[in-house]
Amino acid sequence: MQKSSRLAIYALVELAANPDRQVSVSEIGEKYRVSAHHLAKVMHTLGRAGLVRSIRGVGGGYSFSGNARRTTLLDVIELFEDATGDCKLADADMAQPAEWMLFDVMCEIDDIARATFGSITIATMLKQTARRNRLTERKAAEKAAEKAAEEAGA
Amino acid sequence: MSDNDTAAKTSRAGRISIRQVSDADMAGVVTLDERVTGVAKPDYWRDIFERYATRGLDHRFFLVAEDTKAAKEGATTETDVPPLLGYIVGEVRGWEFGSEPCGWIFAFSVEPNTRQRGVGEHLFQAMSGAFKSSGIKTMRTMVARQNRLHMAFFRSEGMVAGPYIQLEMDIEEDLAALPID
Repeated sequence: MQKSSRLAIYALVELAANPDRQVSVSEIGEKYRVSAHHLAKVMHTLGRAGLVRSIRGVGGGYSFSGNARRTTLLDVIELFEDATGDCKLADADMAQPAEWMLFDVMCEIDDIARATFGSITIATMLKQTARRNRLTERKAAEKAAEKAAEEAGA
Repeated sequence: MSDNDTAAKTSRAGRISIRQVSDADMAGVVTLDERVTGVAKPDYWRDIFERYATRGLDHRFFLVAEDTKAAKEGATTETDVPPLLGYIVGEVRGWEFGSEPCGWIFAFSVEPNTRQRGVGEHLFQAMSGAFKSSGIKTMRTMVARQNRLHMAFFRSEGMVAGPYIQLEMDIEEDLAALPID
């Protein structure tokens, strides 16, 4: 996956998680350790696709304007790159059996990748991110409790 | 699953309950499956009912979602919501291809007119609870790659690709009939 696609997904998750807030490019860039310049280009593409809207002026920034339950990672990736991956065969008429075999293997991998990206929505990203956060917090709390118990027993 | 677990679990809308399937539900199950898949399979469902709803109930689960209001009053013609909103069938399987015992979901469907109401999530969570109460820590299913609806649903519930890959081959092809070297 290209860097632009990754940034676009991060930005959409960030904006969709805060639907009532305008988030600036520099804020997202800082959080994900990327240049505001690169991110601005990505946001422009997302804006043209109707997934984000920009608000100018003081306190302005971007907000999510898509449908989080309908927008999949594949929809986002396809805005930035050809998602057919390596499932390509040049000179099909001249291709040797080994070339066809490798083509079949690459298409198999590509099919799985497309099905995976096509089944994960921005809403699912948000839901599973929240779940991951809860698990991390629970583990940290358990670890802290274990440490406290050890210290109390020492 | 204990009686408490199978007791009606009221949804946030207050109209969905999840319970063990009964013989009286089977006509609705067959109809729903036929409407969704386009193929009527009454014999298959009779067999599934016999195997998953009448024996081995400590590790086999056949649950249905019911619209409590429609069940009480009969289907509402204006909204076309039948009492049976969906079903899920699963069982605990162990040691297939070396796998530790895990919960397998092998049938799942939701009434198309009632999607986005949380019916699928209620069924999925009830099945997850049933497996957990059997001491199971992992739940699996299989989805057609092209079935975006089911893929997206299971993903949204937190399911990810497992450690096994399904393989198949067309045994009618001439290639398969070639002599073995």
